[in-house]
Amino acid sequence: MKILVPVKRVVDYNVKVRVKPDQTGVELANIKMSMNPFDEIAVEEAIRLKEKGIATEIVAVSIGVQQSQETIRTALAMGADRGILVTTDVAVEPLAVAKLLAKIAEEEQPQLIILGKQAIDDDSNQTGQMLAALLGWAQGTFASKVEPSGDTVNVTREVDGGLETLTLKLPAIVTTDLRLNEPRYASLPNIMKAKSKPIAAKTPADYGVDVTPRLTTVKVAEPAKRQAGIKVKTVDELIDNLKSVGVLS
Amino acid sequence: MSDVLIPRRDLDFLLGDWLRLDELLEAPTFATHTRDDVAAVLDLSERVAADLFLPVYKRADQVEPTLDADGVKVLPEIAAAVRGYAELGLFAAGFDEALGGMALPSLVCTASLAQFMAANLSASAFVMLTTANARLIAAFGTPAQIDAFARPGIAGQAMGTMCLSEPQAGSSLADIRTRAEPDGEDALGRRFRLTGNKMWISGGDHDVSDNIVHLVLAKVPGPDGQLVEGTSGISLFIVPKRLPSGERNDVAVAGLNHKMGYRGIPNCLLNLGERGGAVGWLVGEIGQGLPIMFQMMNEARINVGLGAAAVAYRGYRHALRYATERLQGRPLDAPRGVTIAPVPIIEHADVKRMLLAQKVYAEGALALILYCARLVDEHDDADAGELLGLLTPVAKTWPSEWGLVANDLAIQVHGGYGYTRDFDVEQLYRDNRLNPIHEGTTGIQALDLLGRKTLKSNGRGYAVLRQRVDATIARAEDDPRLAAYGELLADAWDHIAAVVDGLRPLDPAAALENATPFLSAFGHAVLAWLWLDQAVVAASLGDDAFHRGKLWACRFFFETEVPKIATWLDFVDSHSDVASAAPADIF
Repeated sequence: MKILVPVKRVVDYNVKVRVKPDQTGVELANIKMSMNPFDEIAVEEAIRLKEKGIATEIVAVSIGVQQSQETIRTALAMGADRGILVTTDVAVEPLAVAKLLAKIAEEEQPQLIILGKQAIDDDSNQTGQMLAALLGWAQGTFASKVEPSGDTVNVTREVDGGLETLTLKLPAIVTTDLRLNEPRYASLPNIMKAKSKPIAAKTPADYGVDVTPRLTTVKVAEPAKRQAGIKVKTVDELIDNLKSVGVLS
Repeated sequence: MSDVLIPRRDLDFLLGDWLRLDELLEAPTFATHTRDDVAAVLDLSERVAADLFLPVYKRADQVEPTLDADGVKVLPEIAAAVRGYAELGLFAAGFDEALGGMALPSLVCTASLAQFMAANLSASAFVMLTTANARLIAAFGTPAQIDAFARPGIAGQAMGTMCLSEPQAGSSLADIRTRAEPDGEDALGRRFRLTGNKMWISGGDHDVSDNIVHLVLAKVPGPDGQLVEGTSGISLFIVPKRLPSGERNDVAVAGLNHKMGYRGIPNCLLNLGERGGAVGWLVGEIGQGLPIMFQMMNEARINVGLGAAAVAYRGYRHALRYATERLQGRPLDAPRGVTIAPVPIIEHADVKRMLLAQKVYAEGALALILYCARLVDEHDDADAGELLGLLTPVAKTWPSEWGLVANDLAIQVHGGYGYTRDFDVEQLYRDNRLNPIHEGTTGIQALDLLGRKTLKSNGRGYAVLRQRVDATIARAEDDPRLAAYGELLADAWDHIAAVVDGLRPLDPAAALENATPFLSAFGHAVLAWLWLDQAVVAASLGDDAFHRGKLWACRFFFETEVPKIATWLDFVDSHSDVASAAPADIF
């Protein structure tokens, strides 16, 4: 089984994100970037399936600026076999990414595409679902367990009421939730070995996909500062106040 | 990853901009590595240090190693952290590929280790001892010894120690009494049976790894059965905890030392030969023990400086975080009679002074050690080797002495909270307090610098140093903000040269009686040079807060620290016997 794993380069989860003074976006200069944590979980799951003898090849795909190559290298160092880098300086939106991934899936013919359920920069949570629709494949989102067997895969999903297990026909789309696994560190020898693994260099034009953004960002602003509270003397006064602002009736 | 570890921005500046990593990676030895590889190694180090080493920092202090009939046990999380480090192949980072290593530059390995030391100094001591031990065996052992004893260390499967001191002989190794009696020869070399006691052995026994490789100094008796006096009779032996047969060697833990800090790694008194003699294999030739051991000692000395720098840096980060969060007091020039909210204490001049002092000590110490690591990477260049030899006592001492002052100030910035065990800064201070003591005390380093490396040297190291200092001064001349510091720096080094000339005619005892103040002055002059050199580079890179910070630190160092140099030197130059002539009965 071949598995495709899209990986996105995002601002590192430890970085305190700051809005640019002109409010057009967030500060990215001299900021540490790393692989979207949900994508790390996707890579880890693919590697585990390979270690179990279920997967035979793992292809890591990244779409974005040239430096996204580092993100692919991380996936290769963790254990992916080869990479595809689709370079564009455009800030790609989920639909464009899904279209490119659909074209890559047609070429590569994977049995499983494992994506992070969302990226921690824009929190869109759309790409996996859009990709499933474009390909007409089954989808199992927010997975906390992935168990392929034969020509199906059982995906346990985290839903509001608890856990839901679906059986999907392969090929299928899976998006990862936090509890699916704990990603490994890439070891030093594997970081060095990853250098000799191939990364194919592509552009959106190679796939005939127009990645021009369809949305316009009007303004990016810091969340409003919390207002100072007031002190009340008694519980009764507290209840009156809560009633007056409409949170109690 | 964590805001108390060493910021990546600073490591990128030190390695990339200041120490010209790109040039280093062009050298044939390192040409297979790229800037991206280095970034990946530093990413990994930062992350693993934050995930595995940092969370057990406090607990490793609270739960000391224990000794029972099975031997010494360390906190399980410490063992897990060191094993995790091993599984990622980090022990092998700096070793040749032929030995299963990655052949990464010492500069990169040092920057990587700095993060682990900042996160957890005592857990990192397993790494520092084991890699230095394996490097010595790889350099001086036979192929069979390398396979049996260096490779497991490089793989992180067996930890290493260095066993020099004895209860009655620490700084004075000439007085050691451990005996090594010949016991034939086998595939691993000339075999001996060792009997004696070894004191202060970090990692002397533990359950982190199944085997431990001790490197032991001992004396082989002469034909008359007597031990040779002095250091020339000292030889070096590999004494494993477990013999190749799997059997336990005759090495017993006689006790644990209960330390002020640095508690994640046990410190042991070892008895060799309680049951007839511990098996040891000779490394090199008989009588060559000390010169060979000095390879490990020199590496260990630089790593002690690295640990001290890293812990100072960590304390500075804690103090900086606290000073920006803690609200206390109001500006001195606030108008009277108006209610003003308390300000973060970083607004107060004296707190800024304490933060600046920590910045110059911690960042300066790290810069010094990384500079030395870069010299290690230039080992084909004889000049670099001479300079490294001269700077080694400074690399050991300056971070240890001034890093401790930084940790003291980190407590002070925290006020009463800093004195409690609820915060980390008191532990950082206690951990760092070992560093002026082990691997040669400050007093021993001073004798090394002024005696062996100055008065008894051919002066080549000094010449290389002065050449590099002058090159920095020349580069600073073009910048009006820095030119004056260049003049002060030249004065300091001229002063040192004059003081040394004045000491030459004295007999050795008189010349060395104030060696420690000389080391203080020399160390500060080295750091003044390195701060100016960094400032020149920072000034060329931009006017953002980070680069302005380096210039500001340089200014602070020249305004507050450089004046101390002349005070120390004037005292040394007076040839005062106030210490040496003091009769014991006045105390």
